[in-house]
Amino acid sequence: MEITGWGRFPKVTADVHEPVDFSSLQMLLTNNNPATKLVARGAGRSYGDSALAQCVISSRFMDNFSTLDESNLTIRCGAGVTLDAILRVCVPRGWFLPVVPGTSHVSVGGAIAADVHGKNHHVDGTFCDHLTAITLLLANGDLLSCSPSKNQEIFHATCGGMGLTGIIIDATIQLRAVPGAFIQSHSLVANNLRECFELFENNQGNHYSVAWLDCLARGPALGRSILFLGDHIADRHKRPAAYQTRLGITVPFNTPGFLLNRQSMTLFNNTYFKLKRRASKPATVKYNSFFFPLDNIANWNRLYGAKGFLQYQFLVPKDSAYEAIAAVLHKVAKSGKGSFLSVLKKMGPANKNYLSFPASGFTLALDFKFERSLLPLLEQLDEIVLAYSGRLYLAKDARMNEKVFKAGYPQWEKFAEIKRKVDPKGLFASLQSDRIGLTDALY
Amino acid sequence: MNIMIVGATSAIATATARLFAERRDHLFLIARNGERLSDLVADLKVRGAQSVGTLTLDFDDFSTHLSAVTEAANFLQQIDVALLCHGVLPDQAAGEENFKLALNAINTNGISVISLLTAIAQRLRTQGTGTIAVITSVAGMRGRQPNFIYGAAKALVSTYLQGMRGRLYEHNVHVIDIRPGLVDSPMTARFEKGLLWTTPEVVAKTIVSSITKKKHTVYVPGYWRYIMLLVNAIPEFIFKRLKF
Repeated sequence: MEITGWGRFPKVTADVHEPVDFSSLQMLLTNNNPATKLVARGAGRSYGDSALAQCVISSRFMDNFSTLDESNLTIRCGAGVTLDAILRVCVPRGWFLPVVPGTSHVSVGGAIAADVHGKNHHVDGTFCDHLTAITLLLANGDLLSCSPSKNQEIFHATCGGMGLTGIIIDATIQLRAVPGAFIQSHSLVANNLRECFELFENNQGNHYSVAWLDCLARGPALGRSILFLGDHIADRHKRPAAYQTRLGITVPFNTPGFLLNRQSMTLFNNTYFKLKRRASKPATVKYNSFFFPLDNIANWNRLYGAKGFLQYQFLVPKDSAYEAIAAVLHKVAKSGKGSFLSVLKKMGPANKNYLSFPASGFTLALDFKFERSLLPLLEQLDEIVLAYSGRLYLAKDARMNEKVFKAGYPQWEKFAEIKRKVDPKGLFASLQSDRIGLTDALY
Repeated sequence: MNIMIVGATSAIATATARLFAERRDHLFLIARNGERLSDLVADLKVRGAQSVGTLTLDFDDFSTHLSAVTEAANFLQQIDVALLCHGVLPDQAAGEENFKLALNAINTNGISVISLLTAIAQRLRTQGTGTIAVITSVAGMRGRQPNFIYGAAKALVSTYLQGMRGRLYEHNVHVIDIRPGLVDSPMTARFEKGLLWTTPEVVAKTIVSSITKKKHTVYVPGYWRYIMLLVNAIPEFIFKRLKF
């Protein structure tokens, strides 16, 4: 069948298997033709081709919880369980996931493979920093338990390892108690990029911080943005903590891509900036509207039209972050190609995982409707990112080349060495891992 | 509430059991595969189920059905809801050539349901309360070339439910016929999915709400009621030429 990542580019034909239990999963590995590469797929929320291969193994039915340890606040569940499902269980008990990305519809397996981060990276690190154990199915059919203290090397290769070390079967996640299901949030206005950087610097104490940025603003307004800050609080009205269901709307089909053009996007961004500038008072908001605003709109990826879209997320080290991001914004604003989703975030220090994206510095994510003329622009952006010793986020990528990857992830060789040990025949590979020279060239 | 689920490891049953578990219901699960059943028990407990009992059952061995229902009733004390979800999707072409295959499919999808319903109806009549919800299919509403063995078995169940609903009405027992359209589940893994397909989670929500609202015949999603009106309106001399 034809499948894609969340960005709907590229589209490929693949054999997709949805094993319903462990024995049928094992059978898939043992019966696999050695020439066919496999990759695991969770909720399909990585944007590009990280979870695309000739043969795709979906964790859709590996979605059982196994234990909830109420005294140590840990939960063990299958790789196919979504963060949304975990919140359904935790929130009513007054607990929360220590790290959530911008959507709750990712699977635990995907969150581990991409070592996702959230608005609190500067305080709490990544999703994988809160795992107490994972179970991995290796290429030879064996199960391996690993953790920060057991089979450490394989653990650090699997966290952020994009599914290339094996198939993640289950994980044990450390939860945390929170005062309530609400977030005390307020927003601050930055009229340009410099102001935005200062605001990040001066508001380090907030648990959660992230900025929406108008990537189409030019001249003195370049980098104008709204910084959103938040902390968990109890509800003033003493309502018990409850899982918050959403009054969702659905985008039923692909909207014509031409609706997203320079004029419409500029209009949207101007309006959004002006509205948010007015409404910057502190407010108590539900956790889902703070963390997962886009989860309200099912299939929002269809807004970008049938050809799909690319997200370009890069990270640059702190010292030269301002120059690098200003240079990227100049290029993007000049091209007129950006869109409404541009997100800037100050990150904390890196962890020990070989291929994890986050490190001290700033990360900017930009969405672009797919069009042929986009690719040369992104290559120009790659050059800027490389010149400032930056890297691109694998979970968002669908097009970076081998050189950009290897320059951005200096520990790739260490990763490849471990991968050779656990997967000597090179069973696990994705279109992405082949493209960036992480798999094909190894064998 | 105290809920008995037959065919509990099917995708629709699992999704529904999870919604019951979140309401902190008591559950008794019956399924063919014991290993998957014990995984599901752990899952439902984490999700909030107060208690979960299980039984492994060969649905085609009708002689065990009465004791299975008794065991469920003993565990739950009272069966407030009995939800029947078990079934298989037979290979139509093979079944047309080999009667044994057709018989197996009709036994599992049709006769075993009637057998279980007989035991459940007895129990609920004695209790003087309860709801029986059975998953049939829109395939039971008109025999179509690609799946009339499956459809015929489902039609058998739907017709049986219609009559049983009246019989049990005076005993304060409610009967619901749930007719899903195309559901993306392991049973339909071999099909290409298109626009009309829905997920087990959507069907599960409808099942829970139709039990609360005491519906009679439920189409999931609701638009299948109108699709089937159209399908049933096609004159036979045209319909017999259609391959869909």
